[in-house]
Parts: sequence; structure tokens; C-alpha cells
Amino acid sequence: MNLDFGQIVPSLPFILNGILVTLRFTVLSALFGFTLGTLLSLLKISNIKPLRWFAEFYTSIFRGTPLILQLALVYFATPQLIGYKITPIEAGVFTFSLNSAAYSSETIRAGIMAVDKGQREASMSLGVPYRPMMLDIILPQAFKNILPALVNETIALLKDSALVSTIGVLDLMRRAQVVAGQTFLYFEPLLVVGVIYYVMVMGLTQAANVLERRMRRSD
Amino acid sequence: MIRIEHLVKSFGPLEVLKDISTEVDSGEVVAIIGPSGSGKSTLLRCINLLEIPTAGHIFVDGVDITSPKCDILKVRQNVGMVFQHFNLFPHKTVMENLTYAPMKVRGLSKADASKIAMDLLEKVGLSEKADQYPSRLSGGQKQRVAIARALAMEPDVMLFDEPTSALDPEMVKEVLDVMKALVRTGITMAIVTHEMGFAREVANRVLFLDGGYLVEDAPPDVFFSAPKSDRAQQFLEKVL
Ligand SMILES: Nc1ncnc2c1ncn2[C@@H]1O[C@H](COP(=O)(O)OP(=O)(O)OP(=O)(O)O)[C@@H](O)[C@H]1O
Ligand SMILES: [Mg+2]
Repeated sequence: MNLDFGQIVPSLPFILNGILVTLRFTVLSALFGFTLGTLLSLLKISNIKPLRWFAEFYTSIFRGTPLILQLALVYFATPQLIGYKITPIEAGVFTFSLNSAAYSSETIRAGIMAVDKGQREASMSLGVPYRPMMLDIILPQAFKNILPALVNETIALLKDSALVSTIGVLDLMRRAQVVAGQTFLYFEPLLVVGVIYYVMVMGLTQAANVLERRMRRSD
Repeated sequence: MIRIEHLVKSFGPLEVLKDISTEVDSGEVVAIIGPSGSGKSTLLRCINLLEIPTAGHIFVDGVDITSPKCDILKVRQNVGMVFQHFNLFPHKTVMENLTYAPMKVRGLSKADASKIAMDLLEKVGLSEKADQYPSRLSGGQKQRVAIARALAMEPDVMLFDEPTSALDPEMVKEVLDVMKALVRTGITMAIVTHEMGFAREVANRVLFLDGGYLVEDAPPDVFFSAPKSDRAQQFLEKVL
């Protein structure tokens, strides 16, 4: 086996620029996904049956079909359906947000349910309306409980983000393929981005550990 | 101050409160006692609409809070509640626990809310704990903070649901002392308690519940020395 990293050195800046693309994509998808997931989780615990049904149905759709299919549908069907020429990155963030919302809504729902019901009663007994009660009292405690799970969800998003290379987003994965096409070397560029993914995931895990420890200290 | 008329509360098929009627005057202190499961907490929780009555009426300050037109949040601002398990907000400091609702709900400025909070903390003897998180406090201290938090809304009525039941014995007194001081301020209070000595000392009236019925409604000296019903007699024999 002879590896020739020398040949891909000129392409390294091109590959490294993909880190930003992948990170930005992941962060946006996680932010939109968790926000939407929070709203969905509130529907799931609401007293209004049709809202609950809707949220359950939504979740089952996104859990019951392959992510790569959802991605392809959004990217290729949107122009056909509404005539909007959606960019690959928009299609990616949109799909990943919707998908991540479905998964994270389950986690967030469990987090909310795990908050002592006395917290709700105390808020209500002080005359606090629903919205500030959720935003200021219940959700901060819920998110604290589920922080590790949300980090895992973010890590999954980061890794799955490589799927957007299939619709042409120039992320890390896609850049490795481009370099491979130019140099006819496959192993080296893929190995390089593999290491980059790994380092990013480890970094995220570490950051979460630090964050968790810091939050625990406030207890 | 509080008038309860033919109050019924059911959970599904289970009727927990059965045709309860009584009145609590302004400044009066009533102790609610009775065996476990008799409906004491449920009665208390109907008064601030944590439980929605199934039938009957409750008037607070002349307002029918069971009317569908009634603003539940307004009622609750005026009726403070203290829980057995304190229910302090763990992610907020003692000070923030006290100022949160006054700022959010009553719209007080931070300065005004803090001033009220500081006064109250002083009254419950915890001003030096203002910047601590609740997890750093003892049970007795937590409950005193919880009382202060409820008082920070400046309610006309205070409800207590077994405020000392979750406390170690040596901490019961500090909480009861705070409550006694509160009685002297003339605020209307309804207290579910197993502390018979305390009930006898501070209550103007004792309500005895059993099986969802309001079995006795009498001044403490009458109730404790000469209970009319067999049920109350049996209960007192057990707990005294
Ligand atoms: N949310 C609820 N759903 C169904 N049943 C309930 C609910 N809350 C209370 N109950 C039932 O209503 C009855 C009265 O309960 P409640 O808590 O008012 O009693 P209590 O007098 O406060 O008892 P304790 O001294 O044990 O606190 C009990 O049988 C209880 O199981
Ligand atoms: Mg009770």
C-alpha cells in the first residue's frame, strides 16, 4: 500500500474550508431543529387532541422514512411544486431541521415531563401565565436534564450532514470527493476528512462535558 | 374573604369533595385537618384553581372564581400558596425566586421587586441567603423562602398545604414561627396541617374533613375539647 498525501497537499485549503460549511450547516440545523422540536414537544403534551395527533403524525413521518429520501424530495420536488429554485444548502438545512425536530421533540418532551410537577404548580400559584412559565421555569430545567441527549443529537446531525454532499453542497464530504476526482486518489482525501469529522465530534463531546460540569456546579 | 358554596370536586368517577360549604372572614386563620385522602389538599387547591371545581361556587373577595369569565391568573396573584415540598425554582437564586413573579406578572421594576424581596427575606430571617441557590439551603430555610416568595406577590390570602410535613423535626419550629408572625399581620390564611398544637394555638377555626365531607367546622377549643362527631373523636384520639 502506498499512500501519497503529497499530491493532495495543494488541495488541503479547499478541504479545510469545508469545515466551516459543515459546521455552519450543523449549527443552523440544530438551532432550527431544536426550536421546532420544542414547539412540537409542547404540542405533544398539550390538552388539545388534534394538536397532539398532528405532532405524533409529523414525528412518525420523519422517523419512518430515510433521511436521504427526505433530502432528495425537498431538493428536487420543491422547484417542481412551488416553482422556487431551492439551493442545495437551503434544502439541506430545511430537511435536517424538520428531521431533527421530529427526533428532538421526543427528547424534549421527556425532559419536560421529568421536571417536577411542583414547578408548574408553584408557577401557576404565583399567577405566571403559560408562556413565561414554560420559557423561564420549565424549559430551562428540562434542557438541563436533556443536555447530553441534545449533544448526541447534534453529533448525529454533524455526521449525517455528509448526506448533503449527494445534492451538491460543497461540505467536507463533497470536497473529499472533488479532490479524489481531480487527483484520482481516493483513500487520502477520504481519510483526511474522516479525521476532521472525528476531531469535530470529539471536540463537541468535550465541550458538552465541560458545559455539563459547569451547570452541575450551580446546583 | 373566601366563601365556598356547595363545592364538589371529582376526579373522573371519584368524588373527592362532597358538597362543601363554609366561609373564611378577612384576617381569619382556618386550620384544615383530617385523615389522609380526606380531600384537604384538593379543597385548598380549589381555592387558587390548581384544581377546577366540578360544581359549586367559590368567592374570593366577592369574585366568583368558578365563573368561566373569571381571570384565573388574577385570582392566583391574589392567593399565595405554600407547598409541602417547597417547589422553589432550583435554577434561580433565592432573590430571583422572590422577584420573578412580581416582575413578570405584576410588572414591578427590578428595584421595586428587590426591595419587597429584601424586606421579606429579612422578616423570615434569611437576608444573608439572597444570592444562594435553593439547593444550598436546609429544608426549613427553603420553606421560609417559599413563604416569602408567595408573600412577594402581596396576596390577600395565603394557603399552606402541610408546610412542615417534609421537614426534619428540628426545623419545624422555625417555619411555624414565621407563620405565627404572619398570622399577626392579619392576612387571611388556610392551613392544612398535622401540627395539632399549632392549629390549636393560631387558628380561629378548625375545619375537619373526612371522606370528602366537611364534618366539623368549629373554633379550636370547641373542636379539640369536645368534637361532635365520632369521626373527629376517633381522629383526635389517634393524633393527640
Ligand atoms: N389529580 C388527581 N387525580 C385523581 N385522584 C386524585 C387526584 N388528586 C387527589 N386525588 C384523590 O383524591 C383524594 C383526596 O386527595 P387529597 O390529596 O385532597 O387528600 P389529602 O386530604 O390532602 O390527603 P393527605 O393528607 O395524604 O395529603 C385521594 O383519594 C386522592 O387519591
Ligand atoms: Mg394533601
